[in-house]
Amino acid sequence: MAKLSGPKTPGLIKGLGVTFKTMTRTMFPARGIKTLIPAPSVGAATVQYPHEKETPAPRARGVIALKEDNCTVCMLCARSCPDWCIYIEGHKDTAPPRRPGGKPRSVNRLDRFDIDYALCMYCGICVEVCPFDALFWSPEYEYSELKLADLLHDKERLGEWMQAVPDFEAYEAGSEQKVRKVPR
Amino acid sequence: MTALTTAVELSYWQQTLLRTVGVLAAVLLPAGTLVYVFLFKMMSFMQSRLGPMEAGPYGSMQLLAEVGKWIQKEDIVPWRADRKLFALAPYIIVLSVFMTYVVVPFGPDAWFANLDVGVFFVLAVSSVSVLGILIAGWASANKYSLLGGLRAAGQLIAYELPMVLAVVGVVIQAGTLNMQGIVAAQHEGEIFGLGVIGNPFIITQAIGFFIFLIAMQAELTQAPFDMPIAESELVSGYMTEYSGMRFLLFFIAEFAGAGAFAAVAATLFLGGWALPGVDLDADVMNVLGPIVLLVKILVVSFLVFWVRFTYPRFREDQLQQLAWKVLIPLSLVNILATMVLKVAF
Repeated sequence: MAKLSGPKTPGLIKGLGVTFKTMTRTMFPARGIKTLIPAPSVGAATVQYPHEKETPAPRARGVIALKEDNCTVCMLCARSCPDWCIYIEGHKDTAPPRRPGGKPRSVNRLDRFDIDYALCMYCGICVEVCPFDALFWSPEYEYSELKLADLLHDKERLGEWMQAVPDFEAYEAGSEQKVRKVPR
Repeated sequence: MTALTTAVELSYWQQTLLRTVGVLAAVLLPAGTLVYVFLFKMMSFMQSRLGPMEAGPYGSMQLLAEVGKWIQKEDIVPWRADRKLFALAPYIIVLSVFMTYVVVPFGPDAWFANLDVGVFFVLAVSSVSVLGILIAGWASANKYSLLGGLRAAGQLIAYELPMVLAVVGVVIQAGTLNMQGIVAAQHEGEIFGLGVIGNPFIITQAIGFFIFLIAMQAELTQAPFDMPIAESELVSGYMTEYSGMRFLLFFIAEFAGAGAFAAVAATLFLGGWALPGVDLDADVMNVLGPIVLLVKILVVSFLVFWVRFTYPRFREDQLQQLAWKVLIPLSLVNILATMVLKVAF
Protein backbone atom coordinates (compact mmCIF):
# COMPACT_ATOMS: atom_id res chain seq x y z
CA MET A 1 0.00 0.00 0.00
CA ALA A 2 1.21 3.48 -0.81
CA LYS A 3 2.45 5.45 2.12
CA LEU A 4 -0.03 8.08 3.21
CA SER A 5 1.52 11.49 3.51
CA GLY A 6 0.15 14.97 3.97
CA PRO A 7 -1.99 16.80 1.44
CA LYS A 8 -0.90 16.02 -2.10
CA THR A 9 0.30 18.73 -4.44
CA PRO A 10 -1.99 18.80 -7.47
CA GLY A 11 -0.27 17.40 -10.52
CA LEU A 12 -0.72 20.63 -12.46
CA ILE A 13 1.25 22.62 -9.88
CA LYS A 14 3.81 19.86 -9.58
CA GLY A 15 4.41 19.97 -13.34
CA LEU A 16 5.05 23.70 -13.19
CA GLY A 17 7.49 23.01 -10.38
CA VAL A 18 9.38 20.46 -12.42
CA THR A 19 9.92 22.77 -15.37
CA PHE A 20 10.85 25.66 -13.08
CA LYS A 21 13.33 23.54 -11.17
CA THR A 22 14.92 22.29 -14.38
CA MET A 23 15.24 25.88 -15.56
CA THR A 24 16.94 27.09 -12.38
CA ARG A 25 19.21 24.04 -12.31
CA THR A 26 20.29 24.70 -15.88
CA MET A 27 20.83 28.40 -15.30
CA PHE A 28 22.42 28.25 -11.86
CA PRO A 29 24.14 24.88 -11.61
CA ALA A 30 26.74 25.97 -9.03
CA ARG A 31 26.16 25.33 -5.36
CA GLY A 32 27.21 27.37 -2.36
CA ILE A 33 28.46 30.92 -2.73
CA LYS A 34 28.51 30.84 -6.54
CA THR A 35 24.83 29.85 -6.79
CA LEU A 36 23.73 33.17 -8.17
CA ILE A 37 26.19 33.26 -11.08
CA PRO A 38 24.35 31.99 -14.14
CA ALA A 39 26.32 29.32 -15.99
CA PRO A 40 23.92 27.62 -18.38
CA SER A 41 26.68 26.03 -20.43
CA VAL A 42 27.70 24.06 -17.34
CA GLY A 43 24.17 23.27 -16.24
CA ALA A 44 22.84 22.07 -19.58
CA ALA A 45 22.77 18.34 -20.18
CA THR A 46 23.74 18.87 -23.82
CA VAL A 47 27.10 19.82 -25.37
CA GLN A 48 27.67 22.36 -28.14
CA TYR A 49 28.59 19.81 -30.78
CA PRO A 50 31.14 21.25 -33.19
CA HIS A 51 32.99 22.98 -30.35
CA GLU A 52 32.95 20.16 -27.82
CA LYS A 53 32.31 16.51 -28.47
CA GLU A 54 30.91 13.73 -26.43
CA THR A 55 32.72 10.41 -26.52
CA PRO A 56 30.27 7.84 -27.82
CA ALA A 57 29.76 4.62 -25.91
CA PRO A 58 32.60 2.15 -26.65
CA ARG A 59 30.37 -0.17 -28.65
CA ALA A 60 28.35 2.59 -30.32
CA ARG A 61 27.18 1.83 -33.85
CA GLY A 62 28.73 4.69 -35.74
CA VAL A 63 30.03 3.24 -38.99
CA ILE A 64 30.74 -0.21 -40.42
CA ALA A 65 34.40 -1.11 -40.90
CA LEU A 66 35.73 -3.67 -43.38
CA LYS A 67 38.74 -5.98 -42.90
CA GLU A 68 39.42 -6.60 -46.56
CA ASP A 69 41.76 -9.59 -46.12
CA ASN A 70 39.06 -11.58 -44.35
CA CYS A 71 36.40 -11.06 -47.00
CA THR A 72 35.70 -14.08 -49.21
CA VAL A 73 33.16 -12.36 -51.48
CA CYS A 74 30.50 -14.74 -50.15
CA MET A 75 27.85 -12.05 -50.68
CA LEU A 76 26.02 -12.96 -47.49
CA CYS A 77 26.11 -9.36 -46.30
CA ALA A 78 24.96 -7.94 -49.62
CA ARG A 79 22.09 -10.42 -49.78
CA SER A 80 20.99 -9.92 -46.21
CA CYS A 81 21.06 -6.13 -46.41
CA PRO A 82 17.43 -4.93 -46.13
CA ASP A 83 17.92 -1.87 -48.29
CA TRP A 84 20.56 -3.27 -50.65
CA CYS A 85 23.19 -0.67 -49.87
CA ILE A 86 26.20 -3.01 -50.15
CA TYR A 87 27.82 -3.41 -53.56
CA ILE A 88 30.30 -6.28 -53.97
CA GLU A 89 32.28 -7.38 -57.00
CA GLY A 90 35.07 -9.94 -57.09
CA HIS A 91 36.97 -12.32 -59.29
CA LYS A 92 38.58 -15.75 -58.97
CA ASP A 93 42.30 -15.98 -58.55
CA THR A 94 44.90 -18.55 -57.62
CA ALA A 95 47.03 -18.24 -54.55
CA PRO A 96 50.29 -20.06 -53.85
CA PRO A 97 49.84 -23.39 -52.03
CA ARG A 98 49.79 -23.42 -48.21
CA ARG A 99 52.46 -26.11 -47.96
CA PRO A 100 55.38 -26.57 -50.37
CA GLY A 101 54.48 -29.09 -53.05
CA GLY A 102 50.77 -28.56 -52.66
CA LYS A 103 48.19 -27.54 -55.23
CA PRO A 104 47.71 -23.79 -55.87
CA ARG A 105 44.62 -22.62 -54.00
CA SER A 106 41.64 -21.01 -55.64
CA VAL A 107 40.56 -17.79 -53.87
CA ASN A 108 38.07 -14.96 -54.38
CA ARG A 109 39.63 -11.51 -54.65
CA LEU A 110 37.59 -8.47 -53.70
CA ASP A 111 37.40 -5.85 -56.46
CA ARG A 112 34.75 -3.64 -55.06
CA PHE A 113 33.11 -3.38 -51.65
CA ASP A 114 30.99 -0.24 -51.28
CA ILE A 115 28.51 0.67 -48.60
CA ASP A 116 26.14 3.48 -49.49
CA TYR A 117 25.61 5.29 -46.18
CA ALA A 118 22.91 7.40 -47.79
CA LEU A 119 20.85 4.21 -47.84
CA CYS A 120 22.22 2.30 -44.85
CA MET A 121 19.83 2.12 -41.91
CA TYR A 122 22.43 0.87 -39.43
CA CYS A 123 20.58 -2.36 -38.68
CA GLY A 124 23.87 -4.26 -38.40
CA ILE A 125 22.59 -7.41 -40.08
CA CYS A 126 25.65 -7.47 -42.34
CA VAL A 127 27.92 -7.42 -39.30
CA GLU A 128 25.92 -10.21 -37.68
CA VAL A 129 25.81 -12.38 -40.75
CA CYS A 130 29.48 -12.16 -41.75
CA PRO A 131 31.01 -15.61 -41.04
CA PHE A 132 34.62 -14.55 -41.63
CA ASP A 133 35.02 -11.58 -39.28
CA ALA A 134 35.33 -9.07 -42.06
CA LEU A 135 32.72 -6.52 -40.93
CA PHE A 136 32.76 -4.67 -37.59
CA TRP A 137 30.99 -1.81 -35.90
CA SER A 138 33.16 1.23 -35.29
CA PRO A 139 32.08 4.13 -33.01
CA GLU A 140 33.28 6.80 -35.45
CA TYR A 141 30.40 9.04 -36.53
CA GLU A 142 31.85 12.09 -38.26
CA TYR A 143 31.56 11.34 -41.95
CA SER A 144 28.83 13.69 -43.09
CA GLU A 145 29.26 15.03 -46.62
CA LEU A 146 28.03 17.98 -48.61
CA LYS A 147 27.09 15.74 -51.54
CA LEU A 148 24.85 12.72 -51.19
CA ALA A 149 26.97 10.70 -53.57
CA ASP A 150 30.02 11.12 -51.35
CA LEU A 151 28.38 8.94 -48.73
CA LEU A 152 29.27 5.91 -50.84
CA HIS A 153 32.32 4.53 -49.00
CA ASP A 154 34.63 2.26 -51.01
CA LYS A 155 36.68 -0.57 -49.54
CA GLU A 156 39.70 1.64 -48.80
CA ARG A 157 37.54 4.08 -46.85
CA LEU A 158 35.79 1.24 -45.05
CA GLY A 159 39.19 -0.25 -44.25
CA GLU A 160 40.29 2.97 -42.56
CA TRP A 161 37.47 2.65 -40.06
CA MET A 162 39.09 -0.58 -38.76
CA GLN A 163 41.52 1.48 -36.65
CA ALA A 164 38.73 2.63 -34.36
CA VAL A 165 37.09 -0.76 -33.86
CA PRO A 166 37.31 -1.58 -30.14
CA ASP A 167 38.32 -5.00 -28.82
CA PHE A 168 35.55 -7.40 -27.89
CA GLU A 169 34.70 -7.36 -24.24
CA ALA A 170 35.49 -10.37 -22.10
CA TYR A 171 32.61 -12.74 -21.51
CA GLU A 172 31.14 -13.31 -18.08
CA ALA A 173 33.20 -15.35 -15.63
CA GLY A 174 32.74 -19.09 -16.17
CA SER A 175 32.02 -18.83 -19.87
CA GLU A 176 33.77 -21.49 -21.93
CA GLN A 177 33.58 -19.46 -25.13
CA LYS A 178 36.82 -17.88 -26.25
CA VAL A 179 36.61 -14.12 -26.67
CA ARG A 180 36.70 -13.16 -30.33
CA LYS A 181 39.69 -11.16 -31.50
CA VAL A 182 39.40 -8.17 -33.77
CA PRO A 183 41.80 -8.73 -36.69
CA ARG A 184 44.25 -5.83 -36.80
CA MET B 1 -0.64 68.89 -21.42
CA THR B 2 3.05 68.76 -20.73
CA ALA B 3 6.10 70.58 -21.95
CA LEU B 4 6.84 67.96 -24.56
CA THR B 5 3.54 68.20 -26.36
CA THR B 6 3.12 71.98 -26.06
CA ALA B 7 6.60 72.73 -27.39
CA VAL B 8 6.13 70.78 -30.65
CA GLU B 9 2.94 71.30 -32.58
CA LEU B 10 2.59 68.51 -35.13
CA SER B 11 0.16 68.39 -37.98
CA TYR B 12 -2.13 65.40 -38.31
CA TRP B 13 -0.11 63.53 -40.93
CA GLN B 14 3.07 63.98 -38.91
CA GLN B 15 1.36 62.59 -35.84
CA THR B 16 0.06 59.67 -37.87
CA LEU B 17 3.54 58.91 -39.16
CA LEU B 18 5.01 59.08 -35.65
CA ARG B 19 2.25 56.84 -34.33
CA THR B 20 2.81 54.29 -37.07
CA VAL B 21 6.51 54.09 -36.29
CA GLY B 22 5.67 54.03 -32.58
CA VAL B 23 3.19 51.17 -32.91
CA LEU B 24 5.66 49.21 -35.03
CA ALA B 25 8.32 49.62 -32.35
CA ALA B 26 5.86 48.93 -29.54
CA VAL B 27 4.69 45.72 -31.23
CA LEU B 28 7.94 44.34 -32.61
CA LEU B 29 10.33 45.10 -29.73
CA PRO B 30 8.36 43.21 -27.05
CA ALA B 31 7.61 40.44 -29.56
CA GLY B 32 11.31 40.00 -30.33
CA THR B 33 12.14 40.09 -26.64
CA LEU B 34 9.53 37.43 -25.91
CA VAL B 35 10.82 35.18 -28.66
CA TYR B 36 14.43 35.41 -27.48
CA VAL B 37 13.89 35.37 -23.73
CA PHE B 38 11.13 32.79 -23.57
CA LEU B 39 10.94 30.73 -26.76
CA PHE B 40 14.69 30.48 -27.33
CA LYS B 41 16.18 30.61 -23.86
CA MET B 42 13.64 29.81 -21.15
CA MET B 43 12.20 26.85 -23.04
CA SER B 44 15.72 25.52 -23.63
CA PHE B 45 16.67 25.87 -19.99
CA MET B 46 13.46 24.14 -18.95
CA GLN B 47 14.60 21.25 -21.14
CA SER B 48 18.15 21.36 -19.81
CA ARG B 49 19.72 22.58 -23.03
CA LEU B 50 21.19 25.85 -24.22
CA GLY B 51 19.12 26.84 -27.23
CA PRO B 52 20.59 28.97 -30.02
CA MET B 53 24.20 29.89 -29.23
CA GLU B 54 25.86 30.58 -32.58
CA ALA B 55 24.30 33.76 -33.99
CA GLY B 56 25.60 36.66 -31.93
CA PRO B 57 26.52 36.50 -28.24
CA TYR B 58 24.42 33.75 -26.64
CA GLY B 59 22.44 33.46 -29.85
CA SER B 60 20.88 36.90 -29.43
CA MET B 61 20.92 37.57 -33.18
CA GLN B 62 19.19 34.29 -33.96
CA LEU B 63 15.83 35.91 -34.57
CA LEU B 64 17.34 38.30 -37.14
CA ALA B 65 18.89 35.32 -38.90
CA GLU B 66 15.54 33.56 -38.90
CA VAL B 67 13.74 36.61 -40.27
CA GLY B 68 16.37 36.89 -42.99
CA LYS B 69 15.82 33.25 -43.84
CA TRP B 70 12.04 33.60 -44.02
CA ILE B 71 12.22 36.67 -46.23
CA GLN B 72 14.45 34.84 -48.72
CA LYS B 73 12.11 31.87 -49.06
CA GLU B 74 9.98 31.13 -52.07
CA ASP B 75 6.42 32.38 -51.89
CA ILE B 76 4.40 29.21 -52.34
CA VAL B 77 0.64 29.27 -52.90
CA PRO B 78 -1.14 25.93 -53.26
CA TRP B 79 -2.59 25.33 -56.69
CA ARG B 80 -6.23 25.10 -55.58
CA ALA B 81 -5.93 27.83 -52.97
CA ASP B 82 -8.03 30.95 -53.08
CA ARG B 83 -5.09 33.21 -53.88
CA LYS B 84 -6.54 36.53 -52.78
CA LEU B 85 -7.88 35.29 -49.46
CA PHE B 86 -4.75 33.20 -48.92
CA ALA B 87 -2.63 36.33 -49.24
CA LEU B 88 -4.98 38.43 -47.14
CA ALA B 89 -5.33 36.18 -44.09
CA PRO B 90 -1.97 36.78 -42.35
CA TYR B 91 -2.44 40.54 -42.67
CA ILE B 92 -5.81 40.38 -40.92
CA ILE B 93 -4.27 38.52 -38.00
CA VAL B 94 -1.29 40.86 -37.73
CA LEU B 95 -3.61 43.84 -38.05
CA SER B 96 -5.71 42.64 -35.15
CA VAL B 97 -2.60 42.36 -32.97
CA PHE B 98 -1.38 45.83 -33.97
CA MET B 99 -4.81 47.31 -33.25
CA THR B 100 -4.75 45.80 -29.77
CA TYR B 101 -1.61 47.76 -28.97
CA VAL B 102 -3.16 51.04 -30.10
CA VAL B 103 -5.16 51.65 -26.93
CA VAL B 104 -2.58 50.34 -24.45
CA PRO B 105 -1.20 53.34 -22.55
CA PHE B 106 2.54 53.52 -21.90
CA GLY B 107 2.62 56.70 -19.84
CA PRO B 108 0.55 59.77 -18.97
CA ASP B 109 1.08 61.18 -22.47
CA ALA B 110 2.63 58.16 -24.14
CA TRP B 111 -0.36 56.60 -25.81
CA PHE B 112 -1.39 56.04 -29.40
CA ALA B 113 -5.11 56.50 -28.88
CA ASN B 114 -6.92 57.33 -25.67
CA LEU B 115 -10.37 55.94 -26.29
CA ASP B 116 -13.20 56.24 -23.80
CA VAL B 117 -14.15 52.65 -24.61
CA GLY B 118 -10.59 51.33 -24.56
CA VAL B 119 -11.31 47.96 -22.94
CA PHE B 120 -14.22 47.37 -25.29
CA PHE B 121 -12.00 48.25 -28.25
CA VAL B 122 -9.28 45.81 -27.15
CA LEU B 123 -11.70 42.93 -26.75
CA ALA B 124 -13.46 43.70 -30.02
CA VAL B 125 -10.30 44.09 -32.06
CA SER B 126 -8.53 41.05 -30.62
CA SER B 127 -11.37 38.82 -31.77
CA VAL B 128 -10.94 39.95 -35.37
CA SER B 129 -8.02 37.54 -35.60
CA VAL B 130 -10.54 34.67 -35.62
CA LEU B 131 -11.62 35.88 -39.04
CA GLY B 132 -8.05 35.81 -40.29
CA ILE B 133 -7.53 32.31 -38.95
CA LEU B 134 -10.74 31.03 -40.50
CA ILE B 135 -9.85 32.62 -43.82
CA ALA B 136 -6.36 31.12 -43.66
CA GLY B 137 -7.80 27.68 -42.93
CA TRP B 138 -10.39 27.90 -45.69
CA ALA B 139 -8.28 29.50 -48.39
CA SER B 140 -5.42 27.02 -48.11
CA ALA B 141 -7.48 24.28 -49.78
CA ASN B 142 -6.01 21.76 -47.38
CA LYS B 143 -7.97 19.49 -45.08
CA TYR B 144 -5.54 19.98 -42.20
CA SER B 145 -5.72 23.73 -42.58
CA LEU B 146 -9.50 23.67 -42.66
CA LEU B 147 -9.71 21.48 -39.57
CA GLY B 148 -7.22 23.71 -37.79
CA GLY B 149 -9.12 26.83 -38.80
CA LEU B 150 -12.42 25.42 -37.57
CA ARG B 151 -10.91 24.26 -34.31
CA ALA B 152 -9.35 27.68 -33.83
CA ALA B 153 -12.66 29.39 -34.52
CA GLY B 154 -14.48 27.19 -32.03
CA GLN B 155 -11.81 27.69 -29.41
CA LEU B 156 -11.38 31.42 -29.86
CA ILE B 157 -15.09 32.09 -29.68
CA ALA B 158 -15.44 29.86 -26.62
CA TYR B 159 -12.65 31.63 -24.75
CA GLU B 160 -13.65 35.10 -25.86
CA LEU B 161 -16.54 34.91 -23.39
CA PRO B 162 -14.64 34.17 -20.16
CA MET B 163 -12.10 36.81 -21.19
CA VAL B 164 -14.75 39.48 -21.62
CA LEU B 165 -16.52 38.43 -18.43
CA ALA B 166 -13.25 38.46 -16.48
CA VAL B 167 -12.57 41.99 -17.64
CA VAL B 168 -16.07 43.13 -16.67
CA GLY B 169 -15.10 42.72 -13.01
CA VAL B 170 -12.20 45.13 -13.50
CA VAL B 171 -14.39 47.58 -15.36
CA ILE B 172 -16.98 47.54 -12.58
CA GLN B 173 -14.36 48.12 -9.95
CA ALA B 174 -12.60 50.89 -11.87
CA GLY B 175 -15.87 52.45 -12.99
CA THR B 176 -14.47 53.23 -16.43
CA LEU B 177 -13.75 51.56 -19.77
CA ASN B 178 -10.87 53.92 -20.47
CA MET B 179 -7.47 52.23 -20.11
CA GLN B 180 -5.87 55.35 -18.63
CA GLY B 181 -8.80 55.57 -16.24
CA ILE B 182 -8.22 51.97 -15.14
CA VAL B 183 -4.51 52.67 -14.56
CA ALA B 184 -5.44 55.75 -12.54
CA ALA B 185 -8.06 53.84 -10.56
CA GLN B 186 -5.45 51.26 -9.59
CA HIS B 187 -2.86 53.91 -8.79
CA GLU B 188 -5.16 55.94 -6.57
CA GLY B 189 -6.96 52.99 -5.01
CA GLU B 190 -6.37 51.86 -1.48
CA ILE B 191 -6.27 48.46 0.15
CA PHE B 192 -8.04 48.73 3.50
CA GLY B 193 -6.95 52.33 3.76
CA LEU B 194 -3.34 51.57 2.78
CA GLY B 195 -2.36 53.31 -0.44
CA VAL B 196 1.34 52.44 -0.58
CA ILE B 197 1.18 50.39 -3.76
CA GLY B 198 -2.21 51.63 -4.86
CA ASN B 199 -4.69 48.88 -5.53
CA PRO B 200 -3.59 46.71 -8.42
CA PHE B 201 -6.71 44.77 -9.37
CA ILE B 202 -4.86 41.46 -9.25
CA ILE B 203 -5.54 41.56 -5.49
CA THR B 204 -9.27 42.17 -5.59
CA GLN B 205 -9.82 40.54 -8.97
CA ALA B 206 -7.52 37.55 -8.47
CA ILE B 207 -10.13 35.20 -9.95
CA GLY B 208 -10.58 37.56 -12.87
CA PHE B 209 -6.82 37.63 -13.46
CA PHE B 210 -6.66 33.85 -13.31
CA ILE B 211 -9.51 33.49 -15.80
CA PHE B 212 -8.01 36.18 -18.02
CA LEU B 213 -4.67 34.32 -18.08
CA ILE B 214 -6.31 31.02 -19.04
CA ALA B 215 -8.49 32.67 -21.69
CA MET B 216 -5.46 34.55 -22.99
CA GLN B 217 -3.53 31.29 -23.31
CA ALA B 218 -6.41 29.87 -25.34
CA GLU B 219 -6.80 33.02 -27.45
CA LEU B 220 -3.11 32.81 -28.35
CA THR B 221 -3.51 29.09 -29.18
CA GLN B 222 -0.51 28.35 -26.99
CA ALA B 223 -0.16 24.91 -25.44
CA PRO B 224 -2.10 23.44 -23.58
CA PHE B 225 -4.72 25.03 -25.85
CA ASP B 226 -2.91 24.41 -29.13
CA MET B 227 -5.49 22.09 -30.66
CA PRO B 228 -5.76 24.35 -33.78
CA ILE B 229 -2.09 23.84 -34.65
CA ALA B 230 -1.66 20.41 -33.04
CA GLU B 231 1.50 19.25 -34.82
CA SER B 232 0.90 15.57 -34.24
CA GLU B 233 -2.55 15.63 -35.82
CA LEU B 234 -2.87 18.63 -38.13
CA VAL B 235 0.72 19.22 -39.32
CA SER B 236 0.52 22.87 -38.38
CA GLY B 237 -3.20 23.59 -38.55
CA TYR B 238 -4.25 26.72 -40.36
CA MET B 239 -0.59 27.68 -40.98
CA THR B 240 0.25 24.45 -42.80
CA GLU B 241 0.40 25.91 -46.30
CA TYR B 242 2.08 29.16 -45.36
CA SER B 243 5.77 29.64 -45.91
CA GLY B 244 8.35 32.38 -46.07
CA MET B 245 7.18 35.92 -45.48
CA ARG B 246 3.58 34.91 -44.79
CA PHE B 247 4.63 32.41 -42.17
CA LEU B 248 6.74 35.18 -40.66
CA LEU B 249 3.57 37.27 -40.33
CA PHE B 250 1.85 34.43 -38.48
CA PHE B 251 4.90 34.09 -36.27
CA ILE B 252 4.95 37.81 -35.50
CA ALA B 253 1.23 37.72 -34.80
CA GLU B 254 1.68 34.83 -32.38
CA PHE B 255 4.35 36.49 -30.28
CA ALA B 256 3.25 40.08 -30.70
CA GLY B 257 -0.19 38.79 -29.72
CA ALA B 258 1.30 37.30 -26.57
CA GLY B 259 2.90 40.67 -25.89
CA ALA B 260 -0.32 42.54 -26.62
CA PHE B 261 -2.45 40.39 -24.34
CA ALA B 262 0.25 40.54 -21.67
CA ALA B 263 0.23 44.33 -21.98
CA VAL B 264 -3.55 44.39 -21.63
CA ALA B 265 -3.39 42.04 -18.64
CA ALA B 266 -0.66 44.20 -17.08
CA THR B 267 -2.75 47.32 -17.60
CA LEU B 268 -5.97 45.83 -16.30
CA PHE B 269 -4.67 43.83 -13.37
CA LEU B 270 -1.11 44.82 -12.49
CA GLY B 271 -1.39 48.61 -12.46
CA GLY B 272 -0.16 49.34 -15.99
CA TRP B 273 2.63 51.85 -16.46
CA ALA B 274 2.15 53.56 -13.10
CA LEU B 275 4.88 53.39 -10.47
CA PRO B 276 3.66 53.42 -6.88
CA GLY B 277 4.74 56.58 -5.09
CA VAL B 278 5.28 58.58 -8.30
CA ASP B 279 2.68 61.12 -9.27
CA LEU B 280 0.52 60.03 -12.22
CA ASP B 281 1.07 63.27 -14.13
CA ALA B 282 4.83 63.38 -13.62
CA ASP B 283 6.70 63.94 -16.90
CA VAL B 284 9.27 61.35 -15.95
CA MET B 285 6.60 58.65 -16.23
CA ASN B 286 6.56 59.13 -20.01
CA VAL B 287 10.04 57.61 -20.01
CA LEU B 288 9.72 55.26 -17.03
CA GLY B 289 6.20 54.12 -17.91
CA PRO B 290 7.09 52.08 -21.00
CA ILE B 291 9.90 50.39 -19.04
CA VAL B 292 7.58 49.57 -16.15
CA LEU B 293 5.01 48.23 -18.57
CA LEU B 294 7.62 46.14 -20.39
CA VAL B 295 8.69 44.56 -17.11
CA LYS B 296 5.09 43.73 -16.33
CA ILE B 297 4.61 42.33 -19.86
CA LEU B 298 7.61 40.09 -19.26
CA VAL B 299 6.19 38.91 -15.93
CA VAL B 300 2.79 38.07 -17.41
CA SER B 301 4.25 36.39 -20.48
CA PHE B 302 6.61 34.43 -18.24
CA LEU B 303 3.49 32.87 -16.71
CA VAL B 304 2.02 32.24 -20.16
CA PHE B 305 5.13 30.61 -21.56
CA TRP B 306 5.85 28.69 -18.36
CA VAL B 307 2.44 27.07 -18.67
CA ARG B 308 2.99 26.57 -22.40
CA PHE B 309 6.25 24.69 -21.93
CA THR B 310 4.87 22.57 -19.11
CA TYR B 311 1.51 21.14 -20.07
CA PRO B 312 0.48 18.71 -22.78
CA ARG B 313 -2.43 19.52 -25.06
CA PHE B 314 -6.10 19.45 -24.07
CA ARG B 315 -8.50 17.22 -25.91
CA GLU B 316 -11.04 19.21 -27.93
CA ASP B 317 -14.02 18.32 -25.69
CA GLN B 318 -12.05 18.96 -22.50
CA LEU B 319 -11.08 22.30 -23.90
CA GLN B 320 -14.67 23.31 -24.57
CA GLN B 321 -15.81 21.95 -21.22
CA LEU B 322 -13.24 24.04 -19.38
CA ALA B 323 -14.50 27.18 -21.08
CA TRP B 324 -18.25 26.62 -20.85
CA LYS B 325 -18.59 24.64 -17.63
CA VAL B 326 -15.85 26.11 -15.46
CA LEU B 327 -14.55 29.47 -16.60
CA ILE B 328 -17.80 31.15 -17.67
CA PRO B 329 -19.77 30.26 -14.49
CA LEU B 330 -16.76 31.23 -12.40
CA SER B 331 -16.45 34.60 -14.10
CA LEU B 332 -20.19 35.21 -13.76
CA VAL B 333 -19.90 34.57 -10.01
CA ASN B 334 -16.93 36.89 -9.96
CA ILE B 335 -18.93 39.65 -11.64
CA LEU B 336 -21.79 39.16 -9.22
CA ALA B 337 -19.49 39.30 -6.19
CA THR B 338 -17.75 42.39 -7.56
CA MET B 339 -21.10 44.10 -8.12
CA VAL B 340 -22.31 43.33 -4.61
CA LEU B 341 -19.06 44.44 -2.99
CA LYS B 342 -18.88 47.57 -5.12
CA VAL B 343 -22.32 48.62 -3.93
CA ALA B 344 -21.64 47.55 -0.33
CA PHE B 345 -18.42 49.57 0.03
